[in-house]
Amino acid sequence: MSNTLQKNKIEEVDHSLYDFKDAVHPSFETNAGLTPEIVEQISREKGDPDWMRAFRLKSLEIYNQLSVPEWGPPIDGLDMNNIVAYVRPDTPMRGKWSEVPSDIKNTFERLGIPEAERKSLAGVGAQYDSEVVYHNVREEVAAQGVVYTDMESALKGKYADMVREHFMKLVPPTDHKFAALHGAVWSGGSFVYVPAGVKVEIPLQSYFRLNAPGAGQFEHTLIIVDKGAYLHFIEGCSAPKYNVANLHAGCVELFVEEGARLRYSTIENWSKNMYNLNTKRALVKKGGAIEWVSGSFGSHTSYLYPMSVLQGEGARMEFTGITFAGRGQQLDTGAKVVHAAPHTSSHIVTKSISKDGGECTYRSAVTIAKNAVGCKSSVSCESLMLDSKSRSDTIPAMDIRNDDADVGHEAKIGRISDDAVFYLMSRGISEEDARAMIVSGFAEPISKELPVEYAVEMNNLIKLEMDDKSAPVCKA
Amino acid sequence: MAEKLLEVSGLHASVEDKEILSGLDLNVSAGETHVIMGPNGAGKSTLGNVILGNPEYIINAGKILFEGADITREKTDARARRGIFMSFQSPEEVPGVTLEDFLRVSKTAVTGKPLKVFAFKKQLKKTMAALNMDESYAQRYLNVGFSGGEKKKAEILQMLTLQPKLAILDETDSGLDVDAVRIVSEGIRQYKNESNALLIITHNAKILEGLKVDYVHILTDGKIVHTGGPELIDEISRDGFHRWEESAAQ
Ligand SMILES: Nc1ncnc2c1ncn2[C@@H]1O[C@H](COP(=O)(O)OP(=O)(O)OP(=O)(O)O)[C@@H](O)[C@H]1O
Ligand SMILES: [Mg+2]
Repeated sequence: MSNTLQKNKIEEVDHSLYDFKDAVHPSFETNAGLTPEIVEQISREKGDPDWMRAFRLKSLEIYNQLSVPEWGPPIDGLDMNNIVAYVRPDTPMRGKWSEVPSDIKNTFERLGIPEAERKSLAGVGAQYDSEVVYHNVREEVAAQGVVYTDMESALKGKYADMVREHFMKLVPPTDHKFAALHGAVWSGGSFVYVPAGVKVEIPLQSYFRLNAPGAGQFEHTLIIVDKGAYLHFIEGCSAPKYNVANLHAGCVELFVEEGARLRYSTIENWSKNMYNLNTKRALVKKGGAIEWVSGSFGSHTSYLYPMSVLQGEGARMEFTGITFAGRGQQLDTGAKVVHAAPHTSSHIVTKSISKDGGECTYRSAVTIAKNAVGCKSSVSCESLMLDSKSRSDTIPAMDIRNDDADVGHEAKIGRISDDAVFYLMSRGISEEDARAMIVSGFAEPISKELPVEYAVEMNNLIKLEMDDKSAPVCKA
Repeated sequence: MAEKLLEVSGLHASVEDKEILSGLDLNVSAGETHVIMGPNGAGKSTLGNVILGNPEYIINAGKILFEGADITREKTDARARRGIFMSFQSPEEVPGVTLEDFLRVSKTAVTGKPLKVFAFKKQLKKTMAALNMDESYAQRYLNVGFSGGEKKKAEILQMLTLQPKLAILDETDSGLDVDAVRIVSEGIRQYKNESNALLIITHNAKILEGLKVDYVHILTDGKIVHTGGPELIDEISRDGFHRWEESAAQ
């Protein structure tokens, strides 16, 4: 009997793959609290232009005036005074893989970056702690005139004016407390500019992760896809576990110009003690399209609602997202869309999975402006609860200001059917694998939107979460 | 003497505190084809579920042996790996899992050996063609949106792919059109050999055409009340189950 009960090796996931950390190499660490002096120090260290230093200080002021949001899951576990806001590894920018120090390289290797690159991805900008350590844009992409660089370089380079013109214009520091914090201490991230008419055939990817204990990560992503251009940008995140509460307050700003299309995919897999308070927003001009594919795994608490502002006539947005909350996790995720012009359309499909007492909340907001006639919006959210301890809530908001709109909303909550588990087991599949198969099947509409290596990673993450019987790490 | 595959003795099983099987005995040896007939609600599907260890059904007494091993308390997947299979009366739909992926995982689980992917694909294509199933169905989600008849064909496809030692076919013929019954019967004939066995639950003689039936069992009120040869099939088609139900009541 023991041999018949053996687990199918092919399906097994290497837990150690996602759960490792290196010795920390801090060349510079700020004091734990956040003061104007610290912000100035960060700015000086980074060699910011004057306007950016002023921007940071202004943001800090706003940060001090705003209060912590109270409408979502609790974030009392966060103590900003204990967070080392800024940790920079002692590695300068690298262009060649062979020059990256071996332990850092190891980490990335286990995350599969060089391999993924080999698989014809266009460029890699991997963030190690707060600084980009490895960056490489394939020559053919650069030859098309595509700019793909880290934010620090972008701020000083040829595109400095373009950065200044767009930086935190879509997500102003006044938006909320963590946007203000981001404005004050942001560090690292990517800048992409795709010139008019250029179609980037292969996806650009960037892999972020946190490494230092207690370090916050405030990376900024700014992407501008000019008229009629096309880009697929992929951001993946994974972080090792630590015993101190961690904060991630990144910011993503996407500008989709007339007739352009941007596909923005993320798989986030944060360590289970992470407070992920991320802000993502896209502005779409006439006839343009934004497509979000979003997988939210890990973290202790997440607030994540990518917003699309459909500013030009006929602009479109599609959002496909999945969230998986296990023991001790509260993931508050969703999508927002503002139809600000006529004949714009939005299509939102989300799935959530909760297990072992995990809580998923789906929060959406669809706004259709008075002048935005002939708009279409459809929202569908499905939740799967793997046991009776887990929770799933749906909070859809709609604000429709004209009566010429075609709006649909559907929500479903379900459990894994015992009959389906029995059916799969009757074909020799173990109970655990049968349940995992049903859950992967549930997630399939999302994974099929991802490039295959990411889809595989997402399936592995789902299996990992399904198997995870360990207690949460957060002891803070 | 042929090797004993399945031995069910004194089986009592209940669901939601209601006894469905009450003292059922059944023996099936390698090479044999058994047919079970009985009125609606008699407990035929329950028997199939209990042989496969559906946890919804509670065994109150009795034993199930397979190839001499006591499997009464064994989990369903382990029984399947021993070579027991059931074609379900109403197969479940599993969204997001393609028929081909499912078959691949299940074939690997049942054989316990890594799959030779190319050979597997080739064989799958062949089997689907034999069942007159469009190749594109391999990429469809398992049973999702399949018609009643298509689901039954997909069950037989699974049987032919997994090559179990004992195949229980629970009303595989219901929902099939005339041509499909013929095709499915042909598939069943191809499967059948001297080392495996069939347990066919049916209300309809058509699927049995071309099969050499060894035993016909009449199941009423949770027991097998009579066992005979293939001649019983015609008798029941003509006269129904009254005779057995009365005798059971006496
Ligand atoms: N899961 C269940 N929950 C409640 N009652 C059940 C369940 N399964 C079976 N039963 C009951 O047990 C009895 C036998 O059912 P079963 O499905 O085994 O009949 P059957 O002989 O296969 O009938 P049919 O010819 O209609 O398929 C029926 O009265 C049925 O309602
Ligand atoms: Mg039945």
